[in-house]
Parts: sequence; C-alpha cells; structure tokens
Amino acid sequence: MEMQQFQYDNKIVRNFIYASIVFGVVGMLVGLILAFMFLFPNVTSGIPFLSFGRLRPLHTNAVIFAFVGNAMFAGAYYSMQRLLKARMFNDFLSKLHFWGWQLIIVAAAITLPLGYTTSKEYAELEWPIDIAIALIWVVFGINMIGTIIKRRERHIYVAIWFYIATFVTVAVLHIFNSLELPVSGLKSYSVYAGVQDALVQWWYGHNAVAFFLTTPFLGLMYYFVPKAANRPVYSYRLSIIHFWSLIFIYIWAGPHHLLYSALPDWAQNLGVVFSVMLIAPSWGGMINGLLTLRGVWDKVRTDAVLKFYVVAITGYGMATFEGPMLSLKNVNAIAHFTDWIIAHVHVGALAWNGFLSFGMIYWIVPRITKTTLFSQKLANFHFWIGTLGIVLYALPMYVAGFTQASMWKQFKADGGSLEYGNFLETVTQIIPMYWMRAIGGTLYLVGVLVMVYNVIKTVKQGSAVQDDAAEAPALAVISPNRLKGEKWHSWLERKPIQFTIYTTVAILIGGIIQILPTIFVKSNIPTIAAVKPYTPLELQGRDIYIREGCVSCHSQLIRPFRSEVERYGDYSRSGEYVYDHPFLWGSKRTGPDLHREGVPGKPFNGGRDDVWHFNHMYDPQSISPGSLMPRYQWLIKDKLDNSMIQKKMEVMVTLGVPYTDADIANAQKSIDEQASKIESKLLANSDINKVFGKDQEVPLKDREIVALIAYLQRLGTDTAVKPKQ
Amino acid sequence: MLKFVKHNLETISGVEIYPIISLAIFFTVFVAFTIWAMTYSKDTINQISNLPLKDE
Repeated sequence: MEMQQFQYDNKIVRNFIYASIVFGVVGMLVGLILAFMFLFPNVTSGIPFLSFGRLRPLHTNAVIFAFVGNAMFAGAYYSMQRLLKARMFNDFLSKLHFWGWQLIIVAAAITLPLGYTTSKEYAELEWPIDIAIALIWVVFGINMIGTIIKRRERHIYVAIWFYIATFVTVAVLHIFNSLELPVSGLKSYSVYAGVQDALVQWWYGHNAVAFFLTTPFLGLMYYFVPKAANRPVYSYRLSIIHFWSLIFIYIWAGPHHLLYSALPDWAQNLGVVFSVMLIAPSWGGMINGLLTLRGVWDKVRTDAVLKFYVVAITGYGMATFEGPMLSLKNVNAIAHFTDWIIAHVHVGALAWNGFLSFGMIYWIVPRITKTTLFSQKLANFHFWIGTLGIVLYALPMYVAGFTQASMWKQFKADGGSLEYGNFLETVTQIIPMYWMRAIGGTLYLVGVLVMVYNVIKTVKQGSAVQDDAAEAPALAVISPNRLKGEKWHSWLERKPIQFTIYTTVAILIGGIIQILPTIFVKSNIPTIAAVKPYTPLELQGRDIYIREGCVSCHSQLIRPFRSEVERYGDYSRSGEYVYDHPFLWGSKRTGPDLHREGVPGKPFNGGRDDVWHFNHMYDPQSISPGSLMPRYQWLIKDKLDNSMIQKKMEVMVTLGVPYTDADIANAQKSIDEQASKIESKLLANSDINKVFGKDQEVPLKDREIVALIAYLQRLGTDTAVKPKQ
Repeated sequence: MLKFVKHNLETISGVEIYPIISLAIFFTVFVAFTIWAMTYSKDTINQISNLPLKDE
C-alpha cells in the first residue's frame, strides 16, 4: 500500500493551549476576587461592573467555556489528528473555530460585567452571542466529522466517540435552552416561563456539566492517560459499555430527581434509582482510567503528569459518587441552596477538569516544542500546592454547607419558632470557612501561575512550534455496507455519520422523554386568579434585579419544609410563576429567599418598608451589621431608562402575558404614578428628604432604586391573603 | 422537595408509564451494549486499544 505524506497541525493545538492558560488565570482570578468579596463585601464598592452579581457569571463562564473549553479543544485537536492519522479537515475551519471561540469569550467578558445577562446559569450570554456560539459550535462539528471522514485509520478510537457525543449533545442543549425573544440588541426574554423555564434550564444545566465538562474530558482521559502511562487502556470493552451507558443515562439523570421526586412514592423511588444508576458508568470509567496505570505506579511517584491524572480521575470518582447522592431527596433537602453545592462543583472543576488539563498541558507543550519540560520540580510543586488548594477549598465548604442547613432548620427547644430566625446569624457563623476557602483558592491559583512560568520557560528553550510530518497508507475503499462476516458494531464503528446519528438518537430518547412533560406542564399549571402580570415599573425593577445578578445569592423558591415556611412564608406554588420570563428561582442562598419579600408578618424576613430597602441598598451593613450584601449605591444615583418599556411589554404579550393595548399605551403614565407613590413614602423620611427633597436634576422617582423597590415589594403579595390551597 | 411541581406532572394522563418505559429502555440498551462489547475478539480489542500508542 502506498504511503501518504501529511502533517499534523500543531499550531492550532498550541493556540488553544495558550488561550486555555490565559483565560484559566483570568477565570480563577475572578473566582478568587469573588471569594474575597465574601470577606470584604464592599471591596469593589461603587464600581457596578465589578460587583459580585455581575462578576459571578463571568467567573463561571470563564472557567467553563474559556479555560475548560479551550483545553478540551486543544486536547481534541491533538488526539484526533493522531488517532485518525489525518490533518484536521480544513485549516480555515480550525482557525475560524479558534478565533470565533475567543471572540465569544471576549464578548462574554465585556457584556456580563456590563449587566447584559439572561440570568439562566451557565447560559447567561445574551441572544446575539448565543447565535455566535451555535455557529462556531457547528464549525467545530464540521471540522471534526470532516476529519473523521478523511481518516487513514479504520477504527474510530473510543476517545473520538466521546468528542462526537459532546458535539451533538451540547448543540441540542444550547439551542433548546437559549430559545428567547429579543427586545433589543442585547436584551431578551426566555420563551419559557416559571416552572417550565426552570425545568428546561436544569435539563440544560445538568447536561452541560455532563457533556461539556465530563464527556470531552473522558475522551481526553482515554487518550492522554494511556499516552502518559505508555500502555493501553485497562479494558477497551469496558470503555464501550462506559460510553454508551453514560451518554444514554446522563441526559435523564439530572432533572429526574427534579421531576420524579414530585411524583407518587413508587415513581420517586424509581427516579432515584435512575440517578443512582449513573454511578455505574461513571465509576466504570474511573476504574478504567485508574487501572490503566497498573504496573506503572512507580512512575506516578516521579512523573508530575501522571500525578495530575491520578488526582483528576479520583476527583471524577468523588464528584460522580456525590452527584447521585445529592439527587436523593433527603440529602438534597440538606444540600440544596447551601455551600455544599459549591464544594461539589469545585471538586469537579478544580480536580477533574483542572488537573486533567494541567497534566495534558505539561505533556503536550514539550512535545510540540521538541524539548523537555523546563522543570519537573516546579510541575511537582504545582501538583502539591494545587492538591492542597483543592482540599482547603472543598473541606471548609462542606462544613459551611452542613452548618447552614442545620442552622436554617433548627427550631427552638419548645419547637415553636426558629432558633436562628435571623438569616444573618447563619452567615456570620461560617465566615471562618469562607476565609479558608479563599486561602485554598489562592494556593490553587499560585500553582497555576507556577505552571505559566514553567510553560513559558519550556517554550523559550524549545523550538518554534512546527507541524509534525507523518505518513500512513490511505484507507482502502470498502463497501459502505457490512462486509461478509463483519459484525454490526465493527461496521458502525467505521461509519462516522451513522455513528453520529445513533449517538444523537441515544441522547434524544432521554431528552424527549424528559422534555415532553415539561411542554405539557405549561397547559397543566393551575392558574391562580390572584396572580397578575407585573406592572411596568415592577417589570423594570425585575430587569434591574436580573442585570445586577441578585439571583446569584437570593433564591425565589420556598420549599415545602416547616422551617422554610416558618422563615419565609407559605411555600411557593407553580401558578405564581406563570409570568416569570425568565424564572428566578436561583440555586444558592448566600442571602435569604425573596419569594415573599413583599409580604409582612414574618419576624425577620420580608415586609419591610420602602425606606428600609432604600437604606439597605445604600449601605447594607448599617442596617445588618456583618451582612455580606454589597452596596448598590449606583441604583440610587442612576436614572431609570424607560425607553424600551413598551417594546418589553409587547414581547411579553407575544410570550403569553396578558397585557392589554391600554396597559402598553399607558406604560409611561403607570410608571410615573407608581413611582411617585414610592417617592412620597421615601421623602417622608427626614434623612432621605434632607438629601433628595430639594430640586434634583433627576427626581428621586425617576431613579432605578424606585423600580427595584417596586419589584421587591410586589414579591409574594399576589397570593398573600389567599387561604392555603 | 419541589412538591408544587408534583401536581402538574400528575395531571398528565398516563404519566405513570414514563418511569417504567424509562427503565425498560435503559435496561435493554445496557444489555445490548454489554453484548456488543463482549463479542469483540481479543485480537481486535488488543489492536484497537493500542491505537493511541502507535500514532506518532
């Protein structure tokens, strides 16, 4: 057979690695700043674009899509070319993929701090960026499948199966969760409302973790661990079962506990079984990765790359054991909304994604620069300080999570009222934990900076990155049909298009079975007659709430537990959310729940007057000493922009919110009237009157704070006087 | 938790069948792929699992 000469594209691999490192440092640095904001809430006071609520999505997006995303692409481009014995399909598509992705990251880094956000977690980017993501993702897919088609190796290695599943599933998830109706160039409303929006979002959210942070990295594991250990994967058979069962059940597992825990007992139990089943393929994969090191454990002692892989795979095993446990109802009741979840995701991110990326970077960089690593010692130092960082990060957060949950639920000895009725008591208790977390995060980042130095020195001592020459015989043309005696799977494993289709079917089965009920939910939500659409001013206030990322720290979902009903008021009902585009349930309670903030009658939560809210936004610590809430003074200074309100209401009408033509025509007037009432209440306070009572360039009623107060005071009031259902 | 979602799903007619179908589908798929993996010949498995090591 004639040998064909070709070259592996190393420059694209180098580009993605550099981007991953740069954005990794940025994303982790932002995370560290956020960790310190728990200790010094006003450290960026007065700078809106550096406020906690706006930086938090920047941190998550930078780490997930910029750091981990670029590392995934680097590893996929490196391994795919070599496993398929072919250069990437098209150099232009490779470059378009790289630069397009970086442009999206830059767009995110600009828009998120400016407050352009959909508020849906890990899908915060606004609609034009969503479209760009979809396009660039397709470029990646075409480039990958094109490479597979022109390959010179008959069998498609299992790592590439994971890349294919990643491409297909992320595309499906991203498109369905990002369905939104634009109001303006950088503002849109989710087409789903309330419960439906929540179900679609968490179907996305869970599976984004599965198919952006897990499957591509399993692909990398199946390539780079054998490479570093210089021996084949422990069991290729196990990897086949691992692949199909993982992609098949992952897509159902996340929302299953959300769906079925709400069903009759036998169905709930079955739902739990499903989530627990995910342990099997996950641990199958973990065992397969660890056992690949059989016989080379002595190398782990000296080789930093293998050390990183061992901790990464162990972290994967820990996180995938914890995940199903968290989906058990009784465990979830404790963990949800607490710092336990923060610990859980950081074991996954810091150990699994971070350490696997670092190991891969230390392995690839010397090879593409034709040299050896500048310093094994520094790499080993990075490993140890990073591991210590993970431990110091995760352990205090577990303690904090348990402390929060037990304090939130603790009743007084007489059983009548909450022991810690004031939410603040449960916050000040865990400040030492937040200190330790910040120290752990610092150690981890120091390790990464050491890696940056090591990589720079390695690149400097090596030669410029050149394409690697390679040769392989072309694949003989054989029948597209099954050959005589060829097994069905051997046939499928050499047919990339059919393989992709079957993968899509595998993930769609779970997706469809889950998404169909959520579509039916809309028509099944009992409407509560008392629940009315937001007034124009409240809608404006809600958009400020979204813009400032209040949802990062405040939930709007009171669970049907006695302790929560006692603290926050009657538990939340689905009919109350029918006009919420998007839903704002939140996933973390750094501060108290706000779903019934406007309802009086609870000793410590909600029912405050307008002046309280005004002063609280101006200086939270003056009202609640020790509070973690940052100041939002710009809301008091800035004029509310009402120019889009009618357009917003029209979009809401399209989405099914029953505003009348008269409502829309009178929107400005309605805003003025409602704002004037709030203004007069505020000005009745002598301190506020002293400053804002005189003639102002912008009257108090026209400022953003008034809209936010209107929204907060509305929360929960629709159903407040109604008897229990 | 999330009991308030319960009502919405209960009102879908025939929703009881969902988890049963789910389990049946999963079980079938799992068995199918286990058989798939077991029918490989040892030679083939050795050869393809060595792919990453022979690619430079």
